[in-house]
Amino acid sequence: MSGALLDVAGLGKRFGGFVALEAIDLAVAAGERVGLIGPNGSGKSTLVNCISGTLRNETGQVRFAGKVMDGMAAHRRTRLGLARSFQLPRPFHSLTVTENLLIPIEYVVHQRGEGRVDLIARCAELLEMVGLAGRGDDLPAGLTQVEMRKLELARAMAAEPRLLIADEAMAGLSHQEVDDILTLLVRLNDQGVTIIMIEHIMRAVMQFSQRLVVLVAGRKIADGVPEEVIRNPEVERAYLGE
Amino acid sequence: MRGFPFFLTCLLVAAGVFLAARWTENGYVFFAGYVVLQYIVLAIAWNILGGYTGYVNFGIAGFFAIGAYTTVAVEKLVPLPLPVVMLAGGAVSGLLGLGMGYLTLRLRGVFFSIATLAMAVVAQTFMVNWDFVGGSAGAFTIRPMTTPYFGMDYIRYLFLLMLGLVVLAVVVARAIERSRLGDGFAAIRDDELAAEASGVPTLRLKLIATAMSGAFMGMAGAPLPFYVTYLDPPSAFSLAYAVNTIAMPLIGGTASWMGPLIGAVLLASLQQLVTVTISSAVNLLIVGLMLVGFIIIAPRGIIGWFGIGAGKRRRGRGR
Repeated sequence: MSGALLDVAGLGKRFGGFVALEAIDLAVAAGERVGLIGPNGSGKSTLVNCISGTLRNETGQVRFAGKVMDGMAAHRRTRLGLARSFQLPRPFHSLTVTENLLIPIEYVVHQRGEGRVDLIARCAELLEMVGLAGRGDDLPAGLTQVEMRKLELARAMAAEPRLLIADEAMAGLSHQEVDDILTLLVRLNDQGVTIIMIEHIMRAVMQFSQRLVVLVAGRKIADGVPEEVIRNPEVERAYLGE
Repeated sequence: MRGFPFFLTCLLVAAGVFLAARWTENGYVFFAGYVVLQYIVLAIAWNILGGYTGYVNFGIAGFFAIGAYTTVAVEKLVPLPLPVVMLAGGAVSGLLGLGMGYLTLRLRGVFFSIATLAMAVVAQTFMVNWDFVGGSAGAFTIRPMTTPYFGMDYIRYLFLLMLGLVVLAVVVARAIERSRLGDGFAAIRDDELAAEASGVPTLRLKLIATAMSGAFMGMAGAPLPFYVTYLDPPSAFSLAYAVNTIAMPLIGGTASWMGPLIGAVLLASLQQLVTVTISSAVNLLIVGLMLVGFIIIAPRGIIGWFGIGAGKRRRGRGR
């Protein structure tokens, strides 16, 4: 698919003798909302790491916005507009919440040369968006797990990405909080941000995704309309067993 | 305080220190003070890499001695004014830092530290076998009695140069802390993977840190041959430099330039005092005792007592 924002072709990754990913093809069009599901250890996070440059894939190719990403350092991919949040929040623990957001603004947004933004106002706006208003001067150690997930998401959003990969941004959140984050992601999507959501909470994935991709044991076994994909016998077998 | 007023304040303080030292009318004050100043530069330089980016460098003696040996080599080739030689020493050690960084920055934590220690050993072996700079026999450097400038006593001149270097190191370290570079360093220290994902070019920033840190150590070492007049590898590469230099920021605090400054003034002055009053062998014992003591009573260093360092807290710093 040539018009895709993200085009993964034949991607493979091994850890020693263990094949983590094999011949993954995935194309995501600009503006799409894609859900990526799969049992634990199926390679979802490895795929995210290969796309975002944290890991190097051995075979295949990742193209983003028409550019080949092979061998490109993660920070350059982020600058091109490919941002991700981490499954386990990884805040900069010696920096305040606001300063955590300053890093991507200084190193990504300012680097794009689209003029300077008012840092403090922008940070406040991001914190407001994820529901962390008023926590800007706290250290991450003072946040709850849920708040740390929100910070993780806010930091990825601060880079003003074209494609946001949210790696289990909702794990451990309450019903209401899941809805809050969903609303937030849909709003971002309305503003033109393409989003890949990795999630175990099926309610959230089904509600959010326009398309659902299923990974099982390092292979893509389904890709299509969510309602059809979850009725796919192979997917049922992967989740529920024989 | 903005950059320029801060620089002027530093100059005023430095001038005050120099005048106070002159006022004592005791030549030894300059002799001992030089060592304290040298350690302030070393401690601030170490902190640029160790405190800001979190990479613990044990190869301090290597950078320091390479700076000193640059002076020996330059003296033999073309005698230049000492400030110029200091810049040369800084350049050589800065390049060494860049090279070491390039080779070792894939390593993290204790593995990086061991590699830096190995670098110092390699550099020492190299100097032992390089006869041009004296080899294992060491090299004599003749210290003039006075300088061409105002007929100043040479030890006072060395003191003044080192004082100037302290001002430079403080101003640079403070500027880093308040810049985008400093934010990037902090991000690397906290979580390198997340820093990279946030657009921070981690390798480039780490190379900047190793080069700057090495350059300041080299500049601090460059006047050494004139100070000791006899330089041989075992004393130039002495592990005591590394131990003292690392202890100082740990005692003072690593989060701000004030930490290494306070730690160095405290520890180095105490060492000089003890050398005169008790014995020079008690030096290292003091370092050990103070390290243990401060880790218990001030885990974030002395500046931690005053709340400096936990979050940089720069609200309203619109840029």
